[in-house]
Amino acid sequence: MSNKKKNLLSFQLDVSDFLPANEEEKQSLVVMRESVSFWRDGLRRFRKNKIGMISLVVIILIMIFAFVLPEFYPYSYEQQIRGSENLAPMQYSEEELARIAAGEKVFPHFLGTDLLGRDQTVRLMMGTRISLIVGIVASVLVLLIGSFYGTIAGYFGGKVDLVMMRIVDIIYTVPDILIIILLMVTLKYPLKNLAETNPSFAWIDTIGVGLICIFIVFCLLYWVGMARIVRSQILSIKEQEFVTAAKALGASHSRIIRKHLLTNVMGTLIVTTTLQIPSSIFTESFLSFIGIGVAAPMPSLGSMASLAIDGIYSYPYRLLAPAIMISLIILSFNLLGDALRDAFDPKLKN
Amino acid sequence: MANYVVKRVLIAIFTLWLVATITFFLMYMVPGGPFLAEKTPSAATLEALNKKYGLDQPVTVQYKNYMLNLLKGEMGESIKQRGRTVQDIISSGFKVSSRVGGIAILLSVSIGIPLGCIAAINRGKWLDNLIILVATTGIAVPSFVVATVLMVIFSVKLDLLPTYGLTSWQHYIMPVMALAFYPTAYISRLMRSSMLEVLGQDYMRTARAKGLSQAKSLFKHALRNAVLPVVTYLGPLLAYTLTGSFVVERIFTIPGLGSEFISSIINRDYTMIMGTTIFLASLIIIMNMLVDIAYKIIDPRIQLK
Repeated sequence: MSNKKKNLLSFQLDVSDFLPANEEEKQSLVVMRESVSFWRDGLRRFRKNKIGMISLVVIILIMIFAFVLPEFYPYSYEQQIRGSENLAPMQYSEEELARIAAGEKVFPHFLGTDLLGRDQTVRLMMGTRISLIVGIVASVLVLLIGSFYGTIAGYFGGKVDLVMMRIVDIIYTVPDILIIILLMVTLKYPLKNLAETNPSFAWIDTIGVGLICIFIVFCLLYWVGMARIVRSQILSIKEQEFVTAAKALGASHSRIIRKHLLTNVMGTLIVTTTLQIPSSIFTESFLSFIGIGVAAPMPSLGSMASLAIDGIYSYPYRLLAPAIMISLIILSFNLLGDALRDAFDPKLKN
Repeated sequence: MANYVVKRVLIAIFTLWLVATITFFLMYMVPGGPFLAEKTPSAATLEALNKKYGLDQPVTVQYKNYMLNLLKGEMGESIKQRGRTVQDIISSGFKVSSRVGGIAILLSVSIGIPLGCIAAINRGKWLDNLIILVATTGIAVPSFVVATVLMVIFSVKLDLLPTYGLTSWQHYIMPVMALAFYPTAYISRLMRSSMLEVLGQDYMRTARAKGLSQAKSLFKHALRNAVLPVVTYLGPLLAYTLTGSFVVERIFTIPGLGSEFISSIINRDYTMIMGTTIFLASLIIIMNMLVDIAYKIIDPRIQLK
């Protein structure tokens, strides 16, 4: 029909114009691209960042080293091997040499042993594990307290904000290391007593008094930075139209905070938490180094370095492994945090 | 401005009182006392000692007495180091700490700022990349690691520098380097990013367009604006140098304030704990305040609230 030349003056309708469109024609009319969610967008940007990906791989490797390898390792961190004290890396004691001569297989001490004959490699693994646990748990605590506090201060504003931020200012000016050292020393004994006298608090002993003290200190002091950042973000977001719309629709405060405000500061939260991890690890290693952190025999990277100093003239290499490990962890978390910031929170980039 | 200063001073006094009170009650929560350390003295001696230092009274009374004395400017006598007043010990410790810390801060500022500027001017070139690499690694290394690695290299292996004490200028080299390492790296990063921001501003283009030489536009226009974040950082930096010095002083056996503080806590030397805490806290608070005021002087556009 369409092949037939139509008379220009004809009023007869062309039937083909009124046929339903097929799929292909429908698709060609869609101008929108498939919508990209916040997460997918951020992940895409993150994957392109080489330094970020490398540091992520390094962190995963360190985690395997700290959490998986010790389970299969032939020595344990508290095991004192008699006759193998103060071995150099890859060195065997006489007893072990005799066993090798007899055809037995002896697992080598890759990093040697310490004063008490404990294998340094497995101690390094456990120390790394402690540092990672402290870093991650402390940062999660900081995240929970800081974001809760900051959101409330920012959302309600006015007098509430004024009082809450004054408190933050005061905590900010309190010299943290002083309070940490004091708290660690003071809390140690009451916690120990509690664990010994009250069976329902026995878990304190399994985690270790030192670790709990560190967590308490972080809960008390370190959330203020997070609270400030979250508050300033909330302050600007809460003025936007979608919040007013939600209010007009009758949403409760808690719903607005959960569904609208917190989801919008997610990027900032992730980035700040990631960057909090290295600083927590920094503080823990510092505390363990001056001897008030994690309690012996549990090793920590800081306490290993501290022990190494006592024998620095005879065994300088013992210092190297914990020193390198701690720097590597902090470096890779710093780089990961930077990369995440670039990917999820371009506004924050300075 | 005057209003602002008054307000800040009032808050500072309140904070100090808070820190002092918290410290006081925390201290008394710790089981054990200053006289139970080496050999336990007889009950009669203990009683006499407690009476001498007023430790036999209830804590609240002791608190009141201490605060009243503090208002008169008296911090009492050290319980452990007989015959020396707390002020005496603090001032001799602070002399040492401030000398080492002061040199370290000067060093890190005078290295960090130029490094950051050089990196920003050569953005994207190999020099910039090198400086970023060094600075990023630098902020990842804790001060005790730097200190001990320095010690292994210069004392154990090369046998060039002394490891403990503070009697000649060679003694200063390692502690100062250990203390200055982190802030230098941090300042150069800070300086680089703020310099990059300033270099992209319109007034920089105007300055070049009106015929100012690059050096002149850099020093007259860019530096003054870009240095602000570094000034803000100086307050926390002081806190860092003091706290960082706990470790560095321990490693190099320097008789500074940090080591006094730690040993006073371990020995339960109540008056010393209070004295050093109040001293360090007020030092940090005052420094933060000065930084805020300096901020206003450098950049008159900033409104202090």
